[in-house]
Amino acid sequence: MTQIQEVSLDEIRHLVSERAMTGETMLLNMGPQHPSTHGVLRLLLELDGETVVNCIPDIGFLHTGIEKNMESKTYQKAEVMTDRMDYMNTVGNNFTYCLAVEKLVGLDVPPRAQAIRVILAELTRIQSHLVWLGTAALDVAAMSVFLYCFREREQILDIMELVSGQRMMTTYIRPGGVWRDVPVEFEAAVRDFLKIIPKRIDEYEALLSKNPLFLDRCLGIGVISGEEAINRGLTGATLRASGPDYDLRKFAPYSGYEQYDFDVPTRTEGDVYARYLVRMEEMRQSIRIIEQAMAKLPLGPVRSNNYKFVPPPRSEIGTSMEALIHHFKLWTEGFNPPKGAVYAATESPRGELGCFLESDGGPKPYRVHFRTPSFDNLQVLPRLSQGHFVADLVAIIGSIDIVLGDIDR
Amino acid sequence: MGVEQKLGNMGVVTVKLEELVNWSRTNAMWPMLFGLACCAIEMMSAQSANHDMSRFGMELMRASPRQSDLMIVAGRVTRKMAPVLRRLYDQMPDPKWVIAMGDCASCGGVFNNYAVVQGVDEVVPVDVYVAGCPPRPEALIHGIVTLHEKVRGEKFKDWA
Amino acid sequence: MSEVLQGYQQKLVKAFKAETSEFAGEVTVLVPAEKIIEAARMIRDEFGFDFLVCITAVDYWPEEKPRFHVAYVFRSLSQGLTLQVRAPIPGINPSLASIESVYQNANWQEREVYDMFGIQFEGHSDLRRILMPADWQGHPQRKDYPLGYEEPQYTFNFDDIAARKPAPKE
Repeated sequence: MTQIQEVSLDEIRHLVSERAMTGETMLLNMGPQHPSTHGVLRLLLELDGETVVNCIPDIGFLHTGIEKNMESKTYQKAEVMTDRMDYMNTVGNNFTYCLAVEKLVGLDVPPRAQAIRVILAELTRIQSHLVWLGTAALDVAAMSVFLYCFREREQILDIMELVSGQRMMTTYIRPGGVWRDVPVEFEAAVRDFLKIIPKRIDEYEALLSKNPLFLDRCLGIGVISGEEAINRGLTGATLRASGPDYDLRKFAPYSGYEQYDFDVPTRTEGDVYARYLVRMEEMRQSIRIIEQAMAKLPLGPVRSNNYKFVPPPRSEIGTSMEALIHHFKLWTEGFNPPKGAVYAATESPRGELGCFLESDGGPKPYRVHFRTPSFDNLQVLPRLSQGHFVADLVAIIGSIDIVLGDIDR
Repeated sequence: MGVEQKLGNMGVVTVKLEELVNWSRTNAMWPMLFGLACCAIEMMSAQSANHDMSRFGMELMRASPRQSDLMIVAGRVTRKMAPVLRRLYDQMPDPKWVIAMGDCASCGGVFNNYAVVQGVDEVVPVDVYVAGCPPRPEALIHGIVTLHEKVRGEKFKDWA
Repeated sequence: MSEVLQGYQQKLVKAFKAETSEFAGEVTVLVPAEKIIEAARMIRDEFGFDFLVCITAVDYWPEEKPRFHVAYVFRSLSQGLTLQVRAPIPGINPSLASIESVYQNANWQEREVYDMFGIQFEGHSDLRRILMPADWQGHPQRKDYPLGYEEPQYTFNFDDIAARKPAPKE
């Protein structure tokens, strides 16, 4: 286990150019411990001077075996694992998994729970974009943006803590609804946040959008056309910066997204700067969605009352024998969905996050697979970085917004 | 700071060498910029404006192990990452300390499976374990302060 | 199910003797493994499914014939349709044609399936392990591969486990 495994040049001969064999170009290792690879990503770079000839990503340093581990737990218990997958989009992971489970067993979610889910998912999107903005700006040497972004992010985490008791790994969204109703302070906390955030986003744009140093690093770097982006499986802001307006919230609305009025920002340039602009605009659209959802947050239950699959409320357990039996059955044995396979997807801050879930009729999922956006988005990095400088490579990695937990699972 | 007032204008401080060295070590402990998973985000939060780890002499995260004293293992360590982690530890100059941040680094956490090392103490010696999944920035700072206490109590004769 | 999708389904059944099934509003087409590349071409060029969402596999061990199902999810951005295709393959020397030449992002997806299930993809440009270390033994997500459960340390067995747990050099 203490051996670092060596790869001979022959094994990767088909990935590098002829010139690497003669030693004309240099092979350089970048990562897994590197400040601007956003985690434990390893890149093998073939360099001609300062120019990237080839870039070979090596992933898996954070492969946690989440899919296999989920297969050994019941449907409810497995959900805890999904949080840890894409750790910038914890609510979104629960959301995707719950949509898949609900599709599998055919559960209906009450409207209040749907609205709460949307609010939290959009808050998570803003939170994730703030971290992306801070770190991506740090990569191109803008230090102060990082400190500002984390200041606002703390406020979102406080809201998460208010509703669920945890800052990041909330597991608040459960199959059939949400864990419990939001506390009374929730509305005021979200409104406070909505009051300050638009001004703050303008502030960040004032710091970066017309900053000549930032523009020099971003304009015309890592360009990809819309058609190629689709064929290479890009999703999210990385795709929308190249033209196609593919957003699952519009394409296949889930959880009541069709009720809200929002735009899908797109650009056509397809470079690092376009991706930056699209994400900044996405934050504004998320604010619009949260405002609408807060305005018409319906009253009512927050969990489905199908007690075959959803645990009954604690208050009923003391008085109802039936509720006690359901509770006992659900937490000891779990529930048995029908045999079959489903695919459910949500729009995560990085793109299409899908859950492929197969059941064999037992209480544990037979097969869980997550289609993660960063996995496909990173795949395009060799193509984007060819011919650019090493310093531009760092800007490109920042712009496609990878999360290593999302890639390796 | 404050020392001048206590000593008057004499300009001389008498102190045991052991204490002086330990004091200076605690107040300029440079952590390595090394994030693995979820805990790394909370480590970044601890660095940011609200929690401000620089109060403890830690504003400088070094990206190179050669320049750092403290390794914060922030996140799950996988079988593929473990040799890399050990090499990074070997590259750090003495004296060096390790904080296992979070449940996964301490004991494997919720992931008891083929891919995850069940506690980073199988790979490197750990000084302080911080519990939580992920620990709050305050918990991390508490871990660091605990480490400072440990360093202050280190003895001359134990230095290798 | 939309009529357009039904039409595509009928075409696949006619062309490849495929079997179809429907569950929770999703259409799955079971295509013979040796025809997968023709099917993928037909799905992209004729039906206009321009986006490969994901490739994964399901292991039905100890069932042997077929042991694996390789599952593909295709999507058409212009028509708003999603189609699942499955290719059954046996457990001994599992192999399948690569669809990397049709959809470029199949490259890493197929590498992941190879890494996790040991399914060979013929004609793949770079079939190496992707997530596990290159010298790893076995394919972790097969059902006959153990999860690798380690005994947790409690107070009553703390010393026993601490004695056999690997400890690092200082």
